Amino acid sequence: MSEYKPLKFHVPEPTGRPGDEPDFSGVVIPEAGSVRRPAVDSSAADMKELASSMVRVLNTEGEAVGPWAEGLDDDVLVQGLKNMTRVRAYDERMMTLQRQGKTSFYMKCTGEEAIAVGFQAALMKGDMNFPTYRQQGLLLSTDYPVVDMICQILSNSRDPLKGRQLPIMYSSKEHGFFSISGNLGTQFIQAVGWAMASAIKGDTKIAAGWIGDGSTAETDFHAALVNASVYKPPVVLNIVNNQWAISSFRGIAGGDHATFAERALGYDFPALRVDGNDYLAVYAASKWAVERARRGFGPTLIEWVTYRVAPHSTSDDPSQYRPKEESSAWPLGDPILRLKNYLIKRDLWSEERQTQIEAEYNDEIRAATKEAESYGVMGSGASPKDMFDDVYEEMPPHLREQRQKLGV
Amino acid sequence: MPQMSMIEAIRDAMDVKMGLDDDVVVYGEDVGYFGGVFRCTHGLQKKYGKHRVFDSPINESGIVGTAIGMGAYGLRPCIEIQFADYIYPAYDQIVSEAARLRYRSNKDFTAPITIRTPCGGGIFGGQTHSQSPESLFTHVSGVKTVIPSNPYDAKGLLISAIEDNDPVIFFEPKRLYNGPFDGHHDRPASNWSKHPLGDVPEGHYSVPIGKASVFSEGSDVTILTYGTMVFVAEAAKKETGIDAEIIDLRTLLPLDVDTIVESVKKTGRCMVLHEATQTSGFGAELSAQVQERCFYHLEAPVVRVCGFDTPYPHAQEWDYFPGPARVGRELKAMMEAE
Repeated sequence: MSEYKPLKFHVPEPTGRPGDEPDFSGVVIPEAGSVRRPAVDSSAADMKELASSMVRVLNTEGEAVGPWAEGLDDDVLVQGLKNMTRVRAYDERMMTLQRQGKTSFYMKCTGEEAIAVGFQAALMKGDMNFPTYRQQGLLLSTDYPVVDMICQILSNSRDPLKGRQLPIMYSSKEHGFFSISGNLGTQFIQAVGWAMASAIKGDTKIAAGWIGDGSTAETDFHAALVNASVYKPPVVLNIVNNQWAISSFRGIAGGDHATFAERALGYDFPALRVDGNDYLAVYAASKWAVERARRGFGPTLIEWVTYRVAPHSTSDDPSQYRPKEESSAWPLGDPILRLKNYLIKRDLWSEERQTQIEAEYNDEIRAATKEAESYGVMGSGASPKDMFDDVYEEMPPHLREQRQKLGV
Repeated sequence: MPQMSMIEAIRDAMDVKMGLDDDVVVYGEDVGYFGGVFRCTHGLQKKYGKHRVFDSPINESGIVGTAIGMGAYGLRPCIEIQFADYIYPAYDQIVSEAARLRYRSNKDFTAPITIRTPCGGGIFGGQTHSQSPESLFTHVSGVKTVIPSNPYDAKGLLISAIEDNDPVIFFEPKRLYNGPFDGHHDRPASNWSKHPLGDVPEGHYSVPIGKASVFSEGSDVTILTYGTMVFVAEAAKKETGIDAEIIDLRTLLPLDVDTIVESVKKTGRCMVLHEATQTSGFGAELSAQVQERCFYHLEAPVVRVCGFDTPYPHAQEWDYFPGPARVGRELKAMMEAE
């Protein structure tokens, strides 16, 4: 008889499925203020524990504590609350638009607003984000016209992308927002390439790559990390760990026990793991990594720990794959509520002002939606002629012939 | 004019462009210090510095992915994939990203990148150093596919590719690097030093992308071919005495349909000849184009002579390779067809 028992095949499972009680007992949350703040020129070896712990600034009393709370501009925090509130108003309105059948598709970022909004606040004009589909907060934190965003979602006659892209796959070079792909992970390595170019030219601009916990399993994640490790370009590589990739929990991407941030250590560059629902922590960590990149000290990997309150997209129903109450049980809370309470405590904000800006943003988005709808809904304004342009800089003969056959 | 091998001509194209345009950067596996496994970038790092000519990790997806990012920044990368057989890890970056960037962003971002890669067999490279995957790229909207057959065209086309604002896949038939090859593997190899197409002008010139060349005029039959097979076709023409018109396509996409149609209407017969496997190969597109546009001028069915639909074999290379004997047999059969 063999001394070996038959092998068993391992498939990880989350702590809860529909019908189960939510269980986040495995999510270790250190005290706010307990993680040190290293110098921006630190080596990976000098700050290993930051990849395993969690940078947090707001404590349970709603106070800003610890080394990461220092030097945060009050105006930026107030603006952050406004921007997050605007993002949420936008998401709700676009969701309604989809339910009304005026667009085919939408993706919300509910509960994750602090990450994109807080990160954008740390960037300078000329820097370039390579976002995924859930970083609308990056664009909504700039002066990019919201009407244009909605026109893109509606694929109408004013769609800046001429009806060629799935709704929400925005692009704006001027606003530091690289064209969204939809193929996951591809943009992570492109961000590294953009940053390499900035260094090659002796520029001072930096790039930021974005990826989800699920897509860290893509080979381009490794491509990005190995190239970042080799060339040390000015790039911040952001992993938004929102626990769920459609119906697959983070463990299916290999992130059940090891943290995603720890992966940077094998590539010899630093990582931060941050409470992504704590706007102060997000802004402080973003500033640190952006400063490190711009000073020429190289890349940083940041794991933003958060929770995807929303469905993956308008095409799925989370009640089919995770406990119903899981989002309300998420221990890091709601980023808007946490920042609002902090600012009220500091007398920088009030419930009345919050109610007021919510109404203002609802009005703004409603008016913008109305204007956008006047240019057509769900593809009604897109021209078939636009289908053939811009495949190449100059239209080659075979495309010209195909366009003529269609008669446009 | 100086006499150059295809390797020297390709190197000279990069040298000329790097000298004229600070935004041109060159990188890939073993490309920097060593100058590439085929020596195409030899000396460029020394001349232009490590920030413009450098080694990359063995990471094809990363080579193309970083080039797309650099292109978005404003550079004009000319990158090397060491063998076309290794390009598949980069396929997603080429197909889903580089090819579509201009279109999906409405010109907001573009991918002005050139991807050089040695292709084709005839060097006893086995299945991992011999493939001709051009049809995997001609099937993709948004990339251009170029494949020169001689030093003069290689330099002129590579300069055009680097200057092009769209992504170009630049296939280099590696069996032609050092000399024209007629498929007679058992005869002494010739080199470019005495061949008229090895006469390569110094400095800047370009050969336009999208234009075929009539390599050899004839009246009996048109042979549509490219890369290594151009010289095989020439040998078969000579050995059979059949007056074939050999069209060197040079660019597969965008295809120079006018030159093809003009020739086939004149000869009334058409052979499509390539090294790549037959089924769904680029020859299928060529055959369809000829059928659609020249049907009433054809005196015989279009014939495809291609690599067999097997993986590229090692020991059986010369049975697999569509050499002059096989091409000659097919030419004779075509001429006998009523």
